[in-house]
Formats: sequence, C-alpha cells, structure tokens
Amino acid sequence: MNRQITKLAVASLILLAALIGATTYWQTWASAGLAEKQDNAIQRVAQFRIKRGLIRAADGTLLATNVRRKVNGQTLYFRRYPSRKLFAQLVGYSTQVRSRAGLEQSENAYLTSSNANLGTILNKTLDKIKGVTITGNDLILSVRPRIQRLAMSQLAGKCGAAVVMNPRTGKVYALASQPSYDPNLVEKHFDQIKAPGAPCQPAAPLLNRATDGLFTPGSTFKVVTATAALDAHKFTPESTFDDPGYCIEYGKQVSNAASPDGPVEAFGQVTFAQGLQHSINSVFCNIGKAIGAGLILDYTKKFGFYEDPPLETPANEKAASGLYHGGRLFFPPHPATQVDPGRLAFGQETLAVTPLQMAMVASTVANKGVAMEPQVLDRVVDSSGKTIVRVHPQALRRVMSRQTAGEITSMMVAAVDDGTGGAAAIPGIQVAGKTGTAETGTSGINTTWFICFAPAYRPQVAVAVTLENQRGFGGTTAAPIAKQLMQAVLSPRSNK
Amino acid sequence: MSLRNRELLNLVVVGALTALGFASVYIARQSVVSTASLSYAGFFLALYLVAHLVARYAVPYADPYLLPMAALLTAIGLTEIYRIHPDDAFRQGVWIIIAVAAFAGTLLALRRDYRRLESYKYIFGLTAIGLLVLPAIPGLGTTVNGARLWIHFGSLQFQPGEIAKLCLIVFLAGYLREKREVLAQGRLKDFGPLLVIWGGAMLVLVETNDLGSALLYFGIFLAMLYVATGRLLFTAIGLSLFLAGSYFVYTQVTHVHERVTIWLHPWTDHKVYCALNGHMALRQDCGSYQLVKSLYSIASGGFGGTGLGKETISTAEGHPLIPSLNTDFIYSALAQGLGLIGISALILLFMVFVLRGMRIALLADDGFSKLVGAGLTFGFAFQTFIIVGGVLRLIPLTGITLPFVSYGGSSVVANFVLLAGLLLISNRANAPKTP
Repeated sequence: MNRQITKLAVASLILLAALIGATTYWQTWASAGLAEKQDNAIQRVAQFRIKRGLIRAADGTLLATNVRRKVNGQTLYFRRYPSRKLFAQLVGYSTQVRSRAGLEQSENAYLTSSNANLGTILNKTLDKIKGVTITGNDLILSVRPRIQRLAMSQLAGKCGAAVVMNPRTGKVYALASQPSYDPNLVEKHFDQIKAPGAPCQPAAPLLNRATDGLFTPGSTFKVVTATAALDAHKFTPESTFDDPGYCIEYGKQVSNAASPDGPVEAFGQVTFAQGLQHSINSVFCNIGKAIGAGLILDYTKKFGFYEDPPLETPANEKAASGLYHGGRLFFPPHPATQVDPGRLAFGQETLAVTPLQMAMVASTVANKGVAMEPQVLDRVVDSSGKTIVRVHPQALRRVMSRQTAGEITSMMVAAVDDGTGGAAAIPGIQVAGKTGTAETGTSGINTTWFICFAPAYRPQVAVAVTLENQRGFGGTTAAPIAKQLMQAVLSPRSNK
Repeated sequence: MSLRNRELLNLVVVGALTALGFASVYIARQSVVSTASLSYAGFFLALYLVAHLVARYAVPYADPYLLPMAALLTAIGLTEIYRIHPDDAFRQGVWIIIAVAAFAGTLLALRRDYRRLESYKYIFGLTAIGLLVLPAIPGLGTTVNGARLWIHFGSLQFQPGEIAKLCLIVFLAGYLREKREVLAQGRLKDFGPLLVIWGGAMLVLVETNDLGSALLYFGIFLAMLYVATGRLLFTAIGLSLFLAGSYFVYTQVTHVHERVTIWLHPWTDHKVYCALNGHMALRQDCGSYQLVKSLYSIASGGFGGTGLGKETISTAEGHPLIPSLNTDFIYSALAQGLGLIGISALILLFMVFVLRGMRIALLADDGFSKLVGAGLTFGFAFQTFIIVGGVLRLIPLTGITLPFVSYGGSSVVANFVLLAGLLLISNRANAPKTP
C-alpha cells in the first residue's frame, strides 16, 4: 500500500499548494482591482487611519479638513468640509459608507500619500516603520472662493452651472453647480440631501452640472460652426446671405428664433459677421448646408468634444460633449446622410454639451485659437510644506488659425456691443460674447446660455453660464450673470 | 535527543511564538484588549505541557512534530479569534481544554493496542451514519446558513459531522483491510458497498444541503479505497458518480444551485433576484456578500499583511465588515493580517503536518494502521482544501471549519482526537520490536 500512500501524499500536497497559488492570485494580481470595487468597504475604512491631505482654494481657504476621533482604541480621521455647499460637487466627499466622489475620489492617491513620488514613498515607509500616522499630501486648487461664492449666489434658486477660467492657462477660477448639497451630510444623513424647490426635475444636487450636465448648446454653438466655416476658408466674415426669416430644409421651413425684442424678424441682406452678431438662424442654417455636417463635427473634435475634458475630477463625473443618440455619445460614420447640417449649425439637432466644454470653446477663441487643458489643481504640497507637484498649463491643441480666432473675436465683440449679448457689456472693457437660447421641446421653456471672455484682445477671463428651464433668453438671463463674474475677476480684488 | 525531548523543545518554541502573537494583538489594540491577553500564552504553554506529559507516558515513540504543529495552529487560531472577538477566545480556550482532555483520554485508553478498534468497525460505521442523520431529526437539528449541520442540547451546540468523520475513517479502514483483495479483483458484485456509500453521501448532501461535508466524506472514502486496492479506475468511477450526482442535486436543490451560481458569478452589474430578502439586488450585496467581503479582506492583506491585530474587520462604529469571520472565514482575517508571506507559511505548516501524517501511514506495519493513518491525514488535508478553497473561490464555498484554527468546539475536539490517533499509530510503528 506504500506506493498508493505516497501518491495520496503528493495529491494532498498539490491540493494545499493550490491554496497558496490562489492566495497569491488574490493578494497580488487581483488586489488592485478589488480595492477599486465600490462595495469594498475594507479598503475605505482602512484609509481612515491615514490623516488625509487638506484641500485648499487658491487663497488658502480650507475646503476639506480632518477631525480626529478615537474609536475602539484606534485614531481615525474623518472628513469635514468647512465650505459646505460652496464647492460640494468639485471637492466631493470621502466617507466610509458611500465611498468617495469629486477630487476626494480622483486625487485619492495624493491625499492618502499612495502616489508614486519617490519622496512620498520614502516618508510613508518611514512613518509605517515608526508607527506614526501616515499623513497625506495637501492639494492647492486654482479655484477662488470669492468668484465661486458670487457664481453660486447668482445661480441660487435656479438649476444651472457656471464655469470661470483663465483662457490663457486653462486654470479654473470657479466651477459652480446649483442646486448643491452639504457634503458633511453624506456619511450619516444622506437621506437629508434634497433640494426642495429647485426648478428642475430631478433636482440632482449631487450632479456636477458644470462638468457632467449635458445641455443643448443652442446658438452658442454658432461659434463652433463659424470657426469651421472661416478656418476651412469656405466663407469670410464679409460673405453675404439673404435672410428671409427662415431657412428651407428638406422642403420644410425653419424659422429664426424669436428675439427678446419681439417676434421673428427677417434681416434681409446680411453678412456672415452680422449673422453671428444678431444670431440669425437662417444664415447659419445655410452655412451648415454649404459646408456639411462632417466639417462641423471635425471642428467639434478639435475643440475637445467627443472626449472627456482633461479636468482632474473623476471620469464618472465628467461627460463628453457631442451628438447623442439613444442616451449615448454618437459620432455618425456618414454625417452627410445621418445629420441635419442646418439644425446642427445653430446648435440644435441632438447636440448635448457641458458648460465646461462651452467655456473651453470661449477660451480657445480668446487664446488666439489654442485650446488649453482645463485645470483645477494648482499644486500638491507634502506634510512638511514642500511642493512635490506643480501643475503647469498645458495646451490641448491648436483648434484654428490666429486669423480665424481674431475674426471670431471681433464678431463676438459686435454681439455684445450691438447685438444679442448687450447685457454683458462692461463699461471701459471690450467684451466678446455669444448668447444661446436652446429649445427644450416644451414651448416657452428654454435652456439659456452665455459664453464670453474679456478683455477681448488681452483676455484674462472666460466664462460659460447655463441655466435650465428659463422663460427668458440667453441675453437676458445668463448674460448678466456672466458679466458679474467677468467683472469680479477683472476687478483689482480679483487675486483674492 | 529523544523524540519526546524534541517535542518539548518544539513546544517551548511554539509557546514563545504564541506569546509574540498575543503581544502583537495587545500592542496594536492596547485600549481595547487587556493584559489578560498575555496570560493566554502562559495558559497555552501549560496546557500543552500537560498534553506533552501524557504523550511522554502513553506514546513515547510517537512523532515529535505533530503535537507542536497542532499547538501552533490552535495558537494562531486563538490569537485571531481573540483579536476578532475576545469573548469567543475564552470559550475557545475552554474547548481547547476539553479537546486536550479528549486527546489525553484517547491516548491513555488506546495506548496498549488501538488495533482492537478494528473488530468494532461496524459499530463505528453505524455510529457515523447515526451522527450524520442526527441534525435531520426535527427539534434537534439547527439550520445555519441554509445547511442542517448542527444539533443542540439546550444552549450547547454541536456539529456531529466532525466526529462522524473519524468514525467513518475507522470503519472504512477495518472494512477495506478485510475486503481489499476481493475489491482489487474488480468483480461487479463487490461494488455493492461502494454504491451504498455513494448513495449515503448523496443522501447526506440532500439532507443537510451541504456540498462540503458530502465532498469531504466521499473524498476520504475514495482516497482510502485507492490506498487499499491500488486501482485508480475505482477512484475515477467513484469521482464521476459523485460529480454526476452533484450535478443532479445542483439542478434540483435551490440552495446548492445558489451556492454554485455565487461561486461562478459573485459580482453582477445589474440587480438580480435576491432569495434572501425577495428583492432585487446586486449579487455582491446579497448571496455572494460573504464571499466577496472575504475576498476583499484577503486582497487588502497584500504581500506583507497589516500585522496581527491591525486588520480592518469593522467600521469605525464597530459594524463587522466580514460575516462569520472567526469560523468559516478565519482564513480571510488571517490572510489580511499576515499577508502573502505569513499565510503561505501557515499553509506550509498544514503541508508539513500532512507530510508527517502520511509518513506515519508509510511506516506503520499493518494494513489497518496504514489505512487509518492515511485516511485521517487525507481527511485533514482535504478539509483544509475544501474550506480554504471555498474562501478563495477555487471551489463553491461551503461552511466547514479550518482544522485547529477555526472557532468551534466540536471541530477542535475532533481534530485533537485525530491527532491522538496519528500519535498512537506512530508510536506503534516506531516502538522497538519485542520478539
């Protein structure tokens, strides 16, 4: 029987060795994947022993800090958000029960010192050996509380978003989304997070409308169409059109949008530039038909549509702009037959864009045709105060020639000086802007927009404002808010 | 150095390791646990010294490594149980005392010649069946996690399957030694008993809803049949019968079906019907909750582990993050605390135990001893594989205990009796032959 016993012994050892193999798989190979799982509370709770890094605004204002508590003999660090609703969607939260959101999620590696910088690894290992609490790295953001507070108060009681950024660096000054919520409630009082009285359904206070809200761009998209037409040398600003007050598409009559001053107007003989200045749909409808949907869509891609904007917030809190079909981003393989070029040209069709993307459009024109990556992170500082990462401005790509950018800028200046965007005019400063009033399908209820930058030829600030469920127009509802935001940045106290 | 002195030396080393383990938990959780934790180490060493003295008297020539290894495994288990739930550690300590008493009793009772058990083999066989059927008796059995494995007398709970396993091994060893030549010829009519036992295992499976125990008993049977006859074909036929039977049960019994589904697809992206509460839920929040949480625990241990006592097993408010942690899932707690390095060492310890056990079976000079030795050792190895393999998602998860390590009275007692059996066989094989 000894031969059999030997074989049985070998079989038993193989069974047990398989256990070591499987354990190795879970603890090395699969470990990182499991740590990312939403329902993996162990990983999250374990990180509460780490003193997470602080999150500060550009002026040093604390946006996220820690409260130390002794629980069951362990020192744990829980998050507090002193700015409450002000930066809720951008900063997000870090909790035991509901995982993480916002920068707390996407910058978790820095905040918990698990990033791969050599110095951080060394410090963390030393802390571990010494048994000292591991301290995370601090984030310093580019957002300015004064601008953010203004944006939030202007949007208060509405559903909408505002993005304020520096067009030359891509640094974001404000990223506002209303309705908002208090991130301090997430851990224990999540059910109390509601937005009663918000004029939109669902109110979705957790949604970051600035980066993740998708809206029909309406006439603000004419900036993209104009860029395509001029940059591809299909038209010049002096090209003339005849505006009968409507445009014929597939045999159907598409009327111009009603203006704030009265019913649909017919402008008669107009130039390309006047078409943008007065936001004449029939002009853009004809431009669209002439240059084709394919060319317009190619330019949307240059502007950054069809990709997640490279902002530091989590990928699942950002949406890509573009045509949508059945709830999904849709790039038509045969645009000539699949997309109505006329409706696309003035920003209807099935276009859905984020306020951040439209701020990038304005910034690109302002920055002489070069799109900058939008950034909210300015630098990462370790626990001893040393800057370990500085986020430098990064060009995304050149979207159009300097000449095209100059031509579009003058048209946008005209739109503010003597056109649809008059409410954004600032005395003594040249403002370039474009209104947008997108139909929502419900008669009289619009999504209103304003995108702009100033000073027009030495830009310091670019703004996009979106408001949901408005009865007015972009020029009357969004433009005044955008004006205040630009003024706040341009005023001498702006470095606060 | 004599065998027993070597055993004593090993036990002292184990005692030191135990003290270290408890100290580690104590330091990590100073404000929660008391200095009483350190007295566990002393109590432990004293208890095993008693076991050693009994062994010195009853089985002087027995293998000197098995007792220290069992001591180390129980110490590791007790340390972890203490860390998870200090009150359970006290109860487990009491059970270990009872187990060591059973160990000593077995050694003393059978020290002259354990082989006389062979003549009572049918009594053992009947006892095994009786014990297995016990939980099915209404009023006596308790259903835990959908499986009827327990019986209770008042507040005392007992898992008779653990003792049934030992009885079954003794019966099989006696029966197979007697019939091995006949069986080896492979005549069709001799397969009768084989089919009867297969049917029995299936019955247990259906009755208790427990794939793990059925697999364990049947695996032990096939292994011992192979050792006795040397015919791999029998084992293959038996295995296919078992698999076919299991498949049938899988299609018929909801509980078994559920276990297999959990094993194959523990994570779902969409909500599925949750049999536990009748609502729609993600499977990781419902049926595979335990398995998934235990995998998270293992994975978070990583290469070096968090250190004993520093595992994350509950939220800051004290809500447990992994259910059944000190019984079925003690391996996942240990894997988190010890990391890949430590847990591999633990498995290696199991492997050395199995090697020593098989060596005893090899050295024994009669068929009954060889069969009992091989059966006990394989049962030990296979049980380890079934529970840890289940926790690691190698096979469907079934709730049986990790020998010597898990919290659970019947398991500890049964395993110490198993250890006594191996020592008795070893003692007889190593004893100087008197002409």
